[in-house]
Amino acid sequence: MSGQSQRLNVVPTVTMLGVVKARLVGATRGHALLKKKSDALTVQFRQILKKIVSTKESMGEIMKTSSFALTEAKYVAGENIKHIVLENVQNASLKVRSRQENVAGVKLPKFDYFTDGETKNDLTGLARGGQQVQLCRAAYVKAIEVLVELASLQTSFLTLDEAIKTTNRRVNALENVVKPRLENTITYIKGELDELEREDFFRLKKIQGYKKREMQRQLAAAKQFAEEQFAEKVSLHKGVSINTAHNLLSAAAEKDEDIIF
Amino acid sequence: MANRAEIPTSNSALIAMIADEDTVVGFLLAGVGNVDLRRKTNYLIVDSKTTVKQIEDAFKEFTSRDDIAIVLISQYVANMIRFLVDSYNKPVPAILEVPSKDHPYDPGRDSVLSRVKYLFSAESVASGRR
Repeated sequence: MSGQSQRLNVVPTVTMLGVVKARLVGATRGHALLKKKSDALTVQFRQILKKIVSTKESMGEIMKTSSFALTEAKYVAGENIKHIVLENVQNASLKVRSRQENVAGVKLPKFDYFTDGETKNDLTGLARGGQQVQLCRAAYVKAIEVLVELASLQTSFLTLDEAIKTTNRRVNALENVVKPRLENTITYIKGELDELEREDFFRLKKIQGYKKREMQRQLAAAKQFAEEQFAEKVSLHKGVSINTAHNLLSAAAEKDEDIIF
Repeated sequence: MANRAEIPTSNSALIAMIADEDTVVGFLLAGVGNVDLRRKTNYLIVDSKTTVKQIEDAFKEFTSRDDIAIVLISQYVANMIRFLVDSYNKPVPAILEVPSKDHPYDPGRDSVLSRVKYLFSAESVASGRR
Protein backbone atom coordinates (compact mmCIF):
# COMPACT_ATOMS: atom_id res chain seq x y z
CA MET A 1 0.00 0.00 0.00
CA SER A 2 1.30 3.46 -0.78
CA GLY A 3 2.34 5.49 2.18
CA GLN A 4 0.57 8.63 1.03
CA SER A 5 -3.18 8.21 0.70
CA GLN A 6 -4.37 8.54 -2.82
CA ARG A 7 -6.89 11.05 -3.97
CA LEU A 8 -10.02 10.32 -5.91
CA ASN A 9 -9.80 10.69 -9.67
CA VAL A 10 -12.15 13.52 -10.44
CA VAL A 11 -12.51 16.33 -12.94
CA PRO A 12 -11.22 19.44 -11.16
CA THR A 13 -14.24 21.70 -11.49
CA VAL A 14 -15.97 23.95 -9.02
CA THR A 15 -19.00 21.66 -8.87
CA MET A 16 -16.85 18.67 -7.98
CA LEU A 17 -15.21 20.76 -5.29
CA GLY A 18 -18.61 21.36 -3.74
CA VAL A 19 -19.52 17.69 -3.99
CA VAL A 20 -16.29 16.49 -2.39
CA LYS A 21 -16.57 19.07 0.36
CA ALA A 22 -20.06 17.82 1.19
CA ARG A 23 -18.72 14.27 1.36
CA LEU A 24 -15.97 15.34 3.70
CA VAL A 25 -18.52 16.94 6.02
CA GLY A 26 -20.55 13.74 5.95
CA ALA A 27 -17.49 11.62 6.70
CA THR A 28 -16.52 13.83 9.65
CA ARG A 29 -19.98 13.66 11.16
CA GLY A 30 -20.15 9.91 10.61
CA HIS A 31 -16.79 9.48 12.28
CA ALA A 32 -17.87 11.41 15.38
CA LEU A 33 -21.12 9.43 15.67
CA LEU A 34 -19.40 6.08 15.26
CA LYS A 35 -16.87 7.00 17.89
CA LYS A 36 -19.69 7.78 20.30
CA LYS A 37 -21.34 4.47 19.49
CA SER A 38 -18.10 2.62 20.06
CA ASP A 39 -17.67 4.31 23.44
CA ALA A 40 -21.21 3.47 24.52
CA LEU A 41 -20.76 -0.15 23.47
CA THR A 42 -17.47 -0.41 25.34
CA VAL A 43 -19.13 0.86 28.51
CA GLN A 44 -21.83 -1.80 28.19
CA PHE A 45 -19.17 -4.39 27.45
CA ARG A 46 -17.29 -3.70 30.64
CA GLN A 47 -20.45 -3.78 32.71
CA ILE A 48 -21.40 -7.15 31.28
CA LEU A 49 -17.92 -8.47 31.84
CA LYS A 50 -18.07 -7.56 35.51
CA LYS A 51 -21.43 -9.24 35.86
CA ILE A 52 -20.17 -12.33 34.10
CA VAL A 53 -17.25 -12.69 36.44
CA SER A 54 -19.41 -12.41 39.53
CA THR A 55 -22.08 -14.73 38.15
CA LYS A 56 -19.53 -17.39 37.25
CA GLU A 57 -18.31 -17.33 40.81
CA SER A 58 -21.77 -17.75 42.23
CA MET A 59 -22.43 -20.50 39.70
CA GLY A 60 -19.48 -22.42 41.04
CA GLU A 61 -20.95 -22.13 44.52
CA ILE A 62 -24.42 -23.18 43.50
CA MET A 63 -23.18 -26.19 41.58
CA LYS A 64 -21.34 -27.29 44.66
CA THR A 65 -24.46 -27.05 46.80
CA SER A 66 -26.56 -28.84 44.22
CA SER A 67 -24.19 -31.73 43.84
CA PHE A 68 -24.06 -31.95 47.59
CA ALA A 69 -27.85 -32.19 47.65
CA LEU A 70 -27.65 -34.88 45.00
CA THR A 71 -25.19 -36.86 47.08
CA GLU A 72 -27.52 -36.61 50.02
CA ALA A 73 -30.44 -37.81 47.90
CA LYS A 74 -28.37 -40.67 46.59
CA TYR A 75 -27.43 -41.62 50.08
CA VAL A 76 -31.00 -41.68 51.24
CA ALA A 77 -32.75 -43.08 48.21
CA GLY A 78 -30.16 -45.56 47.22
CA GLU A 79 -27.90 -45.75 44.25
CA ASN A 80 -30.72 -46.63 41.85
CA ILE A 81 -31.80 -43.07 41.61
CA LYS A 82 -29.65 -42.58 38.54
CA HIS A 83 -31.30 -45.30 36.54
CA ILE A 84 -34.77 -44.25 37.56
CA VAL A 85 -34.16 -40.70 36.53
CA LEU A 86 -32.62 -41.80 33.25
CA GLU A 87 -35.61 -44.00 32.51
CA ASN A 88 -38.07 -41.28 33.24
CA VAL A 89 -36.81 -38.75 30.76
CA GLN A 90 -39.47 -37.78 28.28
CA ASN A 91 -40.13 -34.20 27.38
CA ALA A 92 -38.21 -31.38 28.89
CA SER A 93 -40.23 -29.39 31.31
CA LEU A 94 -37.65 -26.68 31.76
CA LYS A 95 -37.16 -24.78 28.56
CA VAL A 96 -35.52 -21.57 27.51
CA ARG A 97 -37.00 -18.71 25.60
CA SER A 98 -34.77 -16.33 23.68
CA ARG A 99 -35.59 -12.79 22.73
CA GLN A 100 -33.66 -9.80 21.45
CA GLU A 101 -32.88 -6.64 23.33
CA ASN A 102 -31.69 -3.47 21.69
CA VAL A 103 -28.75 -1.96 23.54
CA ALA A 104 -27.13 1.13 22.06
CA GLY A 105 -28.25 0.07 18.62
CA VAL A 106 -27.03 -3.51 18.88
CA LYS A 107 -29.42 -6.43 19.09
CA LEU A 108 -28.37 -8.61 22.01
CA PRO A 109 -29.95 -11.98 22.72
CA LYS A 110 -31.42 -12.68 26.13
CA PHE A 111 -32.60 -15.95 27.57
CA ASP A 112 -35.43 -16.56 29.99
CA TYR A 113 -36.23 -19.93 31.36
CA PHE A 114 -39.75 -21.13 31.87
CA THR A 115 -41.47 -24.26 32.93
CA ASP A 116 -43.43 -25.86 30.18
CA GLY A 117 -45.92 -28.33 31.43
CA GLU A 118 -45.98 -30.20 34.69
CA THR A 119 -42.79 -31.17 36.46
CA LYS A 120 -42.87 -34.91 36.41
CA ASN A 121 -43.36 -36.06 39.90
CA ASP A 122 -43.88 -39.64 38.97
CA LEU A 123 -40.53 -41.02 39.92
CA THR A 124 -41.89 -44.50 40.01
CA GLY A 125 -39.59 -46.94 41.64
CA LEU A 126 -38.34 -44.52 44.23
CA ALA A 127 -39.23 -46.12 47.46
CA ARG A 128 -37.77 -43.74 49.94
CA GLY A 129 -36.12 -40.41 50.23
CA GLY A 130 -38.83 -38.49 48.43
CA GLN A 131 -38.12 -35.37 50.44
CA GLN A 132 -34.43 -35.44 49.71
CA VAL A 133 -35.18 -35.89 46.06
CA GLN A 134 -37.46 -32.88 46.14
CA LEU A 135 -34.79 -30.82 47.83
CA CYS A 136 -32.25 -31.93 45.28
CA ARG A 137 -34.58 -31.05 42.47
CA ALA A 138 -35.19 -27.60 43.91
CA ALA A 139 -31.45 -27.04 44.23
CA TYR A 140 -30.87 -27.98 40.62
CA VAL A 141 -33.70 -25.79 39.40
CA LYS A 142 -32.08 -22.89 41.19
CA ALA A 143 -28.80 -23.80 39.52
CA ILE A 144 -30.54 -23.73 36.15
CA GLU A 145 -31.78 -20.21 36.85
CA VAL A 146 -28.29 -18.96 37.44
CA LEU A 147 -26.99 -20.83 34.43
CA VAL A 148 -29.60 -19.39 32.10
CA GLU A 149 -28.73 -15.89 33.25
CA LEU A 150 -25.07 -16.64 32.72
CA ALA A 151 -25.80 -17.89 29.21
CA SER A 152 -27.65 -14.65 28.49
CA LEU A 153 -24.71 -12.60 29.68
CA GLN A 154 -22.27 -14.68 27.73
CA THR A 155 -24.09 -14.39 24.41
CA SER A 156 -24.55 -10.64 24.86
CA PHE A 157 -20.88 -10.43 25.67
CA LEU A 158 -19.83 -12.23 22.50
CA THR A 159 -22.24 -10.26 20.33
CA LEU A 160 -21.07 -6.98 21.82
CA ASP A 161 -17.49 -7.98 21.20
CA GLU A 162 -18.24 -8.48 17.52
CA ALA A 163 -20.16 -5.22 17.30
CA ILE A 164 -17.37 -3.26 18.96
CA LYS A 165 -14.80 -4.73 16.59
CA THR A 166 -16.91 -3.81 13.54
CA THR A 167 -17.56 -0.27 14.77
CA ASN A 168 -13.90 0.30 15.59
CA ARG A 169 -12.95 -0.99 12.19
CA ARG A 170 -15.30 1.53 10.58
CA VAL A 171 -14.00 4.37 12.76
CA ASN A 172 -10.43 3.58 11.81
CA ALA A 173 -11.30 3.27 8.15
CA LEU A 174 -12.97 6.66 8.14
CA GLU A 175 -10.16 8.28 10.06
CA ASN A 176 -7.21 6.81 8.19
CA VAL A 177 -8.46 6.19 4.68
CA VAL A 178 -11.61 8.02 3.69
CA LYS A 179 -10.98 11.43 5.23
CA PRO A 180 -7.34 11.83 4.07
CA ARG A 181 -8.41 10.75 0.60
CA LEU A 182 -11.15 13.35 0.46
CA GLU A 183 -8.86 16.02 1.87
CA ASN A 184 -6.23 15.24 -0.75
CA THR A 185 -8.88 15.43 -3.45
CA ILE A 186 -9.97 18.85 -2.23
CA THR A 187 -6.38 20.09 -2.17
CA TYR A 188 -5.83 18.78 -5.67
CA ILE A 189 -8.99 20.40 -7.04
CA LYS A 190 -8.15 23.71 -5.40
CA GLY A 191 -4.65 23.53 -6.83
CA GLU A 192 -5.92 22.87 -10.33
CA LEU A 193 -8.47 25.66 -10.09
CA ASP A 194 -5.81 28.11 -8.91
CA GLU A 195 -3.54 27.10 -11.74
CA LEU A 196 -6.33 27.58 -14.27
CA GLU A 197 -6.99 30.98 -12.78
CA ARG A 198 -3.34 31.91 -13.00
CA GLU A 199 -3.24 30.75 -16.61
CA ASP A 200 -6.27 32.88 -17.34
CA PHE A 201 -4.76 35.84 -15.58
CA PHE A 202 -1.51 35.48 -17.46
CA ARG A 203 -3.32 35.15 -20.75
CA LEU A 204 -5.35 38.25 -19.95
CA LYS A 205 -2.23 40.25 -19.14
CA LYS A 206 -0.51 39.12 -22.32
CA ILE A 207 -3.49 40.13 -24.39
CA GLN A 208 -3.64 43.49 -22.71
CA GLY A 209 0.03 43.97 -23.56
CA TYR A 210 -0.62 43.15 -27.19
CA LYS A 211 -3.58 45.47 -27.33
CA LYS A 212 -1.57 48.32 -25.86
CA ARG A 213 1.20 47.86 -28.37
CA GLU A 214 -1.33 47.72 -31.17
CA MET A 215 -2.85 50.94 -29.97
CA GLN A 216 0.53 52.64 -29.79
CA ARG A 217 1.45 51.43 -33.25
CA GLN A 218 -1.79 52.71 -34.66
CA LEU A 219 -1.31 56.07 -32.98
CA ALA A 220 2.22 56.38 -34.42
CA ALA A 221 0.96 55.41 -37.86
CA ALA A 222 -1.84 57.96 -37.66
CA LYS A 223 0.54 60.72 -36.60
CA GLN A 224 2.90 59.96 -39.46
CA PHE A 225 0.04 59.98 -41.88
CA ALA A 226 -1.12 63.33 -40.60
CA GLU A 227 2.40 64.78 -40.95
CA GLU A 228 2.70 63.60 -44.53
CA GLN A 229 -0.61 65.13 -45.40
CA PHE A 230 0.48 68.46 -44.00
CA ALA A 231 3.78 68.25 -45.83
CA GLU A 232 1.93 67.65 -49.05
CA LYS A 233 -0.24 70.66 -48.46
CA VAL A 234 2.77 72.86 -47.72
CA SER A 235 4.67 71.68 -50.78
CA LEU A 236 1.64 72.38 -52.96
CA HIS A 237 1.33 75.89 -51.53
CA LYS A 238 4.99 76.82 -51.68
CA GLY A 239 5.75 74.86 -54.84
CA VAL A 240 8.69 73.06 -53.39
CA SER A 241 9.41 69.34 -53.26
CA ILE A 242 8.10 67.19 -50.53
CA ASN A 243 11.51 66.71 -49.03
CA THR A 244 12.03 70.47 -48.65
CA ALA A 245 8.55 70.72 -47.18
CA HIS A 246 9.50 68.06 -44.66
CA ASN A 247 12.69 69.94 -43.80
CA LEU A 248 10.73 73.16 -43.43
CA LEU A 249 8.26 71.45 -41.13
CA SER A 250 10.86 69.76 -39.07
CA ALA A 251 12.79 73.02 -38.84
CA ALA A 252 9.62 74.70 -37.72
CA ALA A 253 9.10 71.93 -35.24
CA GLU A 254 12.58 72.30 -33.80
CA LYS A 255 13.26 75.48 -31.97
CA ASP A 256 16.78 76.53 -32.96
CA GLU A 257 18.00 78.93 -30.30
CA ASP A 258 20.56 80.62 -32.49
CA ILE A 259 18.01 81.75 -35.02
CA ILE A 260 16.09 84.75 -33.90
CA PHE A 261 13.03 85.39 -35.99
CA MET B 1 -25.28 -5.08 10.46
CA ALA B 2 -23.29 -8.21 11.17
CA ASN B 3 -26.12 -9.58 13.29
CA ARG B 4 -28.86 -9.66 10.74
CA ALA B 5 -30.84 -12.87 11.14
CA GLU B 6 -28.15 -14.42 13.30
CA ILE B 7 -29.96 -14.49 16.62
CA PRO B 8 -32.99 -16.71 16.43
CA THR B 9 -35.80 -15.76 18.72
CA SER B 10 -37.51 -18.93 19.72
CA ASN B 11 -40.15 -19.63 22.21
CA SER B 12 -38.98 -22.93 23.45
CA ALA B 13 -35.43 -24.04 23.24
CA LEU B 14 -33.72 -26.81 25.12
CA ILE B 15 -30.69 -26.97 27.32
CA ALA B 16 -28.16 -29.56 26.21
CA MET B 17 -25.67 -31.21 28.54
CA ILE B 18 -22.32 -32.91 28.09
CA ALA B 19 -21.22 -33.78 31.60
CA ASP B 20 -20.44 -36.53 34.00
CA GLU B 21 -23.12 -38.78 35.33
CA ASP B 22 -23.88 -37.00 38.56
CA THR B 23 -24.30 -33.59 37.00
CA VAL B 24 -26.50 -34.93 34.24
CA VAL B 25 -28.66 -36.90 36.67
CA GLY B 26 -29.12 -33.83 38.79
CA PHE B 27 -30.24 -31.74 35.85
CA LEU B 28 -32.47 -34.45 34.53
CA LEU B 29 -34.10 -34.54 37.92
CA ALA B 30 -34.81 -30.86 37.54
CA GLY B 31 -36.53 -31.59 34.24
CA VAL B 32 -34.12 -30.50 31.59
CA GLY B 33 -33.90 -33.78 29.76
CA ASN B 34 -35.70 -34.31 26.52
CA VAL B 35 -36.04 -37.38 24.38
CA ASP B 36 -37.71 -36.83 21.07
CA LEU B 37 -39.47 -39.25 18.75
CA ARG B 38 -36.29 -40.43 17.16
CA ARG B 39 -34.83 -41.28 20.56
CA LYS B 40 -32.42 -38.39 20.26
CA THR B 41 -31.54 -36.99 23.62
CA ASN B 42 -30.24 -33.61 24.51
CA TYR B 43 -27.59 -34.85 26.89
CA LEU B 44 -24.48 -36.96 26.79
CA ILE B 45 -23.13 -38.69 29.86
CA VAL B 46 -19.37 -38.71 29.85
CA ASP B 47 -17.57 -41.37 31.82
CA SER B 48 -14.19 -42.98 31.65
CA LYS B 49 -15.18 -45.05 28.61
CA THR B 50 -16.35 -42.19 26.43
CA THR B 51 -13.99 -41.41 23.60
CA VAL B 52 -12.98 -37.95 22.57
CA LYS B 53 -14.57 -38.57 19.18
CA GLN B 54 -17.93 -39.21 20.79
CA ILE B 55 -17.68 -36.03 22.77
CA GLU B 56 -16.68 -34.09 19.67
CA ASP B 57 -19.59 -35.48 17.69
CA ALA B 58 -22.04 -34.71 20.44
CA PHE B 59 -20.72 -31.18 20.74
CA LYS B 60 -20.96 -30.59 16.99
CA GLU B 61 -24.45 -32.03 16.92
CA PHE B 62 -25.71 -29.95 19.80
CA THR B 63 -24.32 -26.75 18.38
CA SER B 64 -25.83 -27.33 14.98
CA ARG B 65 -29.31 -28.15 16.26
CA ASP B 66 -31.40 -25.03 16.23
CA ASP B 67 -33.73 -26.03 19.02
CA ILE B 68 -30.90 -25.94 21.56
CA ALA B 69 -30.12 -22.59 23.09
CA ILE B 70 -27.63 -23.49 25.81
CA VAL B 71 -25.00 -26.23 26.01
CA LEU B 72 -23.71 -27.03 29.49
CA ILE B 73 -20.38 -28.75 29.46
CA SER B 74 -18.26 -29.87 32.36
CA GLN B 75 -14.98 -28.12 32.53
CA TYR B 76 -12.86 -31.23 32.41
CA VAL B 77 -14.80 -32.43 29.36
CA ALA B 78 -14.27 -29.05 27.77
CA ASN B 79 -10.57 -29.47 28.34
CA MET B 80 -10.66 -32.62 26.27
CA ILE B 81 -12.14 -30.81 23.28
CA ARG B 82 -10.59 -27.45 24.12
CA PHE B 83 -9.76 -26.64 20.53
CA LEU B 84 -13.36 -27.13 19.39
CA VAL B 85 -14.70 -25.05 22.24
CA ASP B 86 -12.23 -22.24 21.67
CA SER B 87 -12.83 -22.04 17.95
CA TYR B 88 -16.58 -21.87 18.44
CA ASN B 89 -17.70 -18.31 17.95
CA LYS B 90 -21.43 -18.35 17.29
CA PRO B 91 -23.48 -16.45 19.86
CA VAL B 92 -26.26 -19.04 19.92
CA PRO B 93 -26.22 -21.65 21.38
CA ALA B 94 -24.27 -20.42 24.35
CA ILE B 95 -21.56 -22.69 25.70
CA LEU B 96 -21.31 -22.68 29.47
CA GLU B 97 -18.59 -24.44 31.35
CA VAL B 98 -19.76 -25.85 34.66
CA PRO B 99 -17.67 -27.43 37.35
CA SER B 100 -18.11 -31.03 38.29
CA LYS B 101 -17.86 -32.82 41.58
CA ASP B 102 -14.22 -33.78 41.27
CA HIS B 103 -13.05 -30.77 39.30
CA PRO B 104 -13.75 -27.42 40.90
CA TYR B 105 -14.26 -24.43 38.74
CA ASP B 106 -11.16 -22.93 37.21
CA PRO B 107 -11.80 -19.53 35.64
CA GLY B 108 -8.36 -19.48 34.08
CA ARG B 109 -9.37 -22.14 31.58
CA ASP B 110 -12.80 -20.87 30.75
CA SER B 111 -12.91 -20.19 27.02
CA VAL B 112 -14.85 -16.97 27.29
CA LEU B 113 -12.83 -15.47 30.09
CA SER B 114 -9.56 -16.40 28.45
CA ARG B 115 -10.62 -14.39 25.45
CA VAL B 116 -10.81 -11.27 27.53
CA LYS B 117 -7.79 -11.99 29.62
CA TYR B 118 -5.82 -9.67 27.42
CA LEU B 119 -8.28 -6.90 28.19
CA PHE B 120 -8.44 -7.13 31.94
CA SER B 121 -5.61 -9.39 32.90
CA ALA B 122 -5.50 -8.25 36.52
CA GLU B 123 -9.25 -7.92 37.03
CA SER B 124 -11.11 -10.92 35.74
CA VAL B 125 -8.76 -13.79 36.35
CA ALA B 126 -7.66 -12.57 39.76
CA SER B 127 -11.21 -11.98 40.93
CA GLY B 128 -12.18 -15.45 39.75
CA ARG B 129 -9.44 -17.03 41.75
CA ARG B 130 -10.27 -15.26 44.96
